[in-house]
Amino acid sequence: MSVRVYDIAHARAGDKGNTSNISVICYNEQHWDFVARELTPERVMDAFQHIAKGPVKRYPLRNLKAFNFVIENALGGGVTVSLAQDIHGKSLSNVMLAIELPDP
Amino acid sequence: MASRETIRVGAGAGTSDDRMLPALELAERGDIDYLVFECLAERTVSRENLARKHDPNLGYAPSLHARLRMVLPACIEKRIRIVSNMGAANPLGGARAARKEAADLGLGDVPVAVVLGDDVTSIMKHQSGLTLLENGEPLESILPKMISANAYLGADVVREALGTGAPIVLSGRVADPSLFLAPMLHEFGWAADDLPKVAQGTAAGHLLECTASVTGGCFGWPGKKHVPDLARNGYPFAEVKADGSIVIGKTPGSGGRLDVMTCTEQLIYEIHDPTAYITPDCVLDITGISLTEEGADRVRVRGAQARPATHTYKVNVGYADGYIGEGEVSYGGIGAVARAKWAAEIVKERLKLQGFVYDDFRVDLIGMSSLHDRLEVRPEPYEVRLRIAGRTHERKAAHAIGFEVRAMHMHGPGGAGGACEPRVRDVLAVKSVLLPKKLVNAQVVVEGSL
Repeated sequence: MSVRVYDIAHARAGDKGNTSNISVICYNEQHWDFVARELTPERVMDAFQHIAKGPVKRYPLRNLKAFNFVIENALGGGVTVSLAQDIHGKSLSNVMLAIELPDP
Repeated sequence: MASRETIRVGAGAGTSDDRMLPALELAERGDIDYLVFECLAERTVSRENLARKHDPNLGYAPSLHARLRMVLPACIEKRIRIVSNMGAANPLGGARAARKEAADLGLGDVPVAVVLGDDVTSIMKHQSGLTLLENGEPLESILPKMISANAYLGADVVREALGTGAPIVLSGRVADPSLFLAPMLHEFGWAADDLPKVAQGTAAGHLLECTASVTGGCFGWPGKKHVPDLARNGYPFAEVKADGSIVIGKTPGSGGRLDVMTCTEQLIYEIHDPTAYITPDCVLDITGISLTEEGADRVRVRGAQARPATHTYKVNVGYADGYIGEGEVSYGGIGAVARAKWAAEIVKERLKLQGFVYDDFRVDLIGMSSLHDRLEVRPEPYEVRLRIAGRTHERKAAHAIGFEVRAMHMHGPGGAGGACEPRVRDVLAVKSVLLPKKLVNAQVVVEGSL
């Protein structure tokens, strides 16, 4: 059994240059420790390996039941030069939400 | 000006292409004191600089006319002051356009305070050794192609502009949260180094700077995150007290939703290290912030912290970097994906035969791999749209992509339909450097009589 990030958290992606930042915000505070344990930067890098070169950094925001993932080299060189359709990478939060984690 | 105990600072636009009407609804029904329009994306100033070279009267945000025409009557009547970076690459030209709009509306001689000094193009020419933040190379590597260089100015100079009493303040590049912080500094006399208050004001500015992003835009999800009446979502305001307490609200009677969930998504949006969000006014730490709901569509923001501002401004340097060409064509029914893939190979071979080269080249199958790649693992849809894009320094090579994709109608695999016209756009690339603040001469001039 596994859960998707989608099942326990919501997310939004933002852009700065060639870097994408994706928030992961738990619906329920009791899932925060589980996400802290399972949604590691390595696991996120693995899910994004076809899109981003990385590295991935993770910042905790306990007060907000959240984490901030900062994924470098993720936006085709950056908004102004990218050939992608989604130059801002707004849709990348959905790659995060689809990540499967072991059942808590 | 008599100091007030509470003010409301509203967000009227969060991008150059933002909707028009919600700002008017906020002005009419939101009981606001300030209306802030943030209208500059990263490359907007470069684009407007080119417009200004073409015509010295232009170079401000083209939407300035329509936005001001819509809100000025209500704002002048209710004494709502307007703050905006719509001056873009020509704040003085924008001020003249704004004054003409006011006069044409029968509102008389409306003075405009103009913030100048963000344009540091001439300073850059003597700073070729500065390091580009993106790749560590010296600024001189892009100086010959430079179109614009603009420092993100802070709230201090916008506060000075508000101090003139002019109903409208227009700037070029100013950091987004600073546009919102400035009215708070002005009204309450907060010192620039009163960090707890500057932190609260900066956090509020960050929550407001993308308008609908905090009121239910870019948020909803069927069956998971409901947003009521999303077609009519309202824009937000910050209700600020002199002691730095902040509540975020939105236009009464508007659609959308404003709660802890929407505010949390926006609070973390486009932040990297949450303990060090650097603005010209402070280094904000959002990790101590708590958000609580106080009734419908009201969220209290507590606990923002900050360290003193750095000694540098971030400067965006815009430069010309070739062209992007693209084309699209669709395939449907039996073997749609195989035909699209075949067409892509033919287009690539045609471009090669003509000797064109590309710095970057991309083939997307829209419906399968255009957003998240991994074509090999995606299920085949009934229909698919082939998209090919490439970046090059030769305009002809950029145009050839769309030309060859369109030619798949006649010369490609069977049953291609709906190709678009070849598209070519200029690449206005942006890189950034840090420039010591002491080298920048931020100042205020007033157009019209006060």
